[in-house]
Amino acid sequence: MYGKGIVKGLGVTCKHFFETYIEDFKWLFAGRDRKARSLAARNSTRERGVFTVQYPEEKIPSPERFRFVPFLLVDDQTQAYRCTSCGICAKVCPPQCIWIERGTDPVTGRPVPSPRNFWIDIDVCMNCGFCAEFCPFDAIKMDHDYELASYDRTSRHIFDKQRLARPVSYYASLRPVDYAEEERVRAEEEARKAAKRQGVTTQ
Amino acid sequence: MTEAPVNESFAAPATAETFQQVQATLIEQFPGAVSADTRKGYPGVVVSNDQLVAVATALRDRLGFSYLSSVTGVDYPAEGYLESVYHTYRLAGGPAFVFRARAPRDNPEIPSLVPVWPGADFQEREAYDLFGIQYTGHPNLRRILLWDGFAGHPLRKDWKEPFYEEELKPFKSRWPGGHAVRAESGNPFGKNVQYPAGWVPEGVISRAEKAVYDSMRETGASSGALQTDQIVVNLGPQHPSTHGVFRMVVTLDGETIVDLQPVVGYLHRNHEQIGERNTWLMNMPYTDRLDYLSSLCSNWAYANAVERLMNVKVPERAEYIRVLMAELTRICNHVWALGFLLNDLGAFFTPALYLIEERELILDFFEATTGSRMMCNYFRFGGVARDLPEKLRDENVMAFLHAMIYERLPRAMEELDRYITGNEIVKARCQGVGVLPADKAVAYSTAGPVLRASGVPYDVRRAEPYGLYPELEFDVAVRYNCDVYDRYLIRIDEIHQSLRILRQVLERMPGKGEVLEGKPTYLPKVSPGESYGRGENPKGELGFYVVSTGKANPYRYHVRAPSFINLTPMGEMCKGHKVADVVAILGSIDIVLGETDR
Repeated sequence: MYGKGIVKGLGVTCKHFFETYIEDFKWLFAGRDRKARSLAARNSTRERGVFTVQYPEEKIPSPERFRFVPFLLVDDQTQAYRCTSCGICAKVCPPQCIWIERGTDPVTGRPVPSPRNFWIDIDVCMNCGFCAEFCPFDAIKMDHDYELASYDRTSRHIFDKQRLARPVSYYASLRPVDYAEEERVRAEEEARKAAKRQGVTTQ
Repeated sequence: MTEAPVNESFAAPATAETFQQVQATLIEQFPGAVSADTRKGYPGVVVSNDQLVAVATALRDRLGFSYLSSVTGVDYPAEGYLESVYHTYRLAGGPAFVFRARAPRDNPEIPSLVPVWPGADFQEREAYDLFGIQYTGHPNLRRILLWDGFAGHPLRKDWKEPFYEEELKPFKSRWPGGHAVRAESGNPFGKNVQYPAGWVPEGVISRAEKAVYDSMRETGASSGALQTDQIVVNLGPQHPSTHGVFRMVVTLDGETIVDLQPVVGYLHRNHEQIGERNTWLMNMPYTDRLDYLSSLCSNWAYANAVERLMNVKVPERAEYIRVLMAELTRICNHVWALGFLLNDLGAFFTPALYLIEERELILDFFEATTGSRMMCNYFRFGGVARDLPEKLRDENVMAFLHAMIYERLPRAMEELDRYITGNEIVKARCQGVGVLPADKAVAYSTAGPVLRASGVPYDVRRAEPYGLYPELEFDVAVRYNCDVYDRYLIRIDEIHQSLRILRQVLERMPGKGEVLEGKPTYLPKVSPGESYGRGENPKGELGFYVVSTGKANPYRYHVRAPSFINLTPMGEMCKGHKVADVVAILGSIDIVLGETDR
């Protein structure tokens, strides 16, 4: 019969139409945290109804590995930067948006392992994550904060050392799995070094 | 006859032996005109210009290399010549036969191969545009990616861009004495823009524009009962049905297309020049931005090209992850393509949105694994960047993949079939429209679903297998009606084949283990020579032609973009159809302008 395909297709649309309501009704009396729970369910493989998320009222939580414009890690107490200004991030950066001014000792004039300044042009940054991936000191990491729009791109889009600084505890909350793994490796390394030192002294 | 043994194996897949055999045959048959390339790491032969067309014809007709994959140029200023490199394949499969022609830099004239392979049309125009190689005998040798107010040929090694800082990255100004400079301040507007000699920027009707309109076939009065004039109309560049900034100049007889020419280049950013300033690894995130709907496949094709020069072995788990990512990307891309084809047909966004729900979930998986939904930057030379995560939100990642691959995606495809595949309007709009017969599809160098929907079962995953594909069971989807409807159906077929591959991957994937060969390094050792690596992208064969001098940066980096080359037969396919069909035909080719314009 001509038109059978169209009628069958309309059936599918109807099914979708009603399914969205069924899903909505399910959440109607789901208690106080229904919004958070419905958001989680709306983006899972179980969802059959509406997929849309009402940004900015609702936000999908970023997965741990999500990467956006990098930040520099500073110690929570001492505010010391982990960065040693080795320059690997600047060398590996594909659009070359990282500028580092290496610190120098004011007395001897020799380079010191700390950046005097550090800039990232976030207009140029392509969020590839190479800087974080290849940093040997875990000093630069990718952020989750993607709401960086501002009214003035000419003065606000080059982030300097202060603007880039984030405490280690922030990083630990952002990427708990990665952080735990890095700390484990670091502790192992420390223990190995300590054991070596011990070995040297006892000989 | 000396050519007899070759003739017998005409239709057989090419092998390394075939390569030697063909080379020997050509050298014998064209004495003095063909010679083996003596440089280390460069396969193939050098052909003298006067015999180039004859050699190409012999390759196509007598030696079975009937598919021209890539034409591109390379600049060798030290040697004083420009080179035009051709990669040809047998449809039965096997590696490429490479031949090249040379011309002095100051007068680079090389005969055009458009008479032999019409598919060389756009590619030769591109090489003319970017290198200034004059292809004599080309019917339409005009700039294609740049406009005619552009001075010089940007891929020549002595050309410098307006933002020029240094020859190669990393730039010395960044470290140790770096100081941030806004990129725009390096180019005070108008100060370092160059125009060709005699060019007046104001008040000039672009010569290129005029040439486009002049080349359109206008036969004057219409043939119908109403003696109306034919008119030339621009479709695009700002039009939702063009899938980006893309223009088609059409000559119309009433509502019927008499002639059509695609005009591209609006999104051109000289990707290849950027690639030649970059180091090898830096290009990886740039490949994401070519076909931004299937970044993981583009990553893989680039990794293929470079890994050939590196001699690395990819760990087993990484091989599985690569296939998993590539096939999920294929599904993502095809649901997008199907949705937008239906969109173009007037099924406005409902089917697209139903399909994008599944894509959304796959992108969630990409984001959790690679860190980005679309710009994944996940492949590394010798593996992938990271292992799969344990969890995706609160769900176990393997359970998520199982739910997607065994339940959601098959259900969605079944629903799509029920929903619209049998729809009479879709059939009426698609069947018999935009027919591209098999011989023309091959001659025009089309690739991917366009080629396979024309009855040519050519798939790089089978023809020149890479990764894990030889061990996986799947069929090359092929359809024989050569029209828009078959290009629609073949994408559904390919999704089913991808699901079949994915089920095998899930079953066989080894547990936790290495995903990257050796220590991660940002300066991989790439041995000197050239390599042409291909991958079967959702849109067709994506090829990367790279030349290495053994240094940290590629000497030449060329992208054979399927979206670009698949547009070559666009005019041919549209002739005689209506304006509304043009939109459907373009949708069925499935282009993405990030890749077309590069």
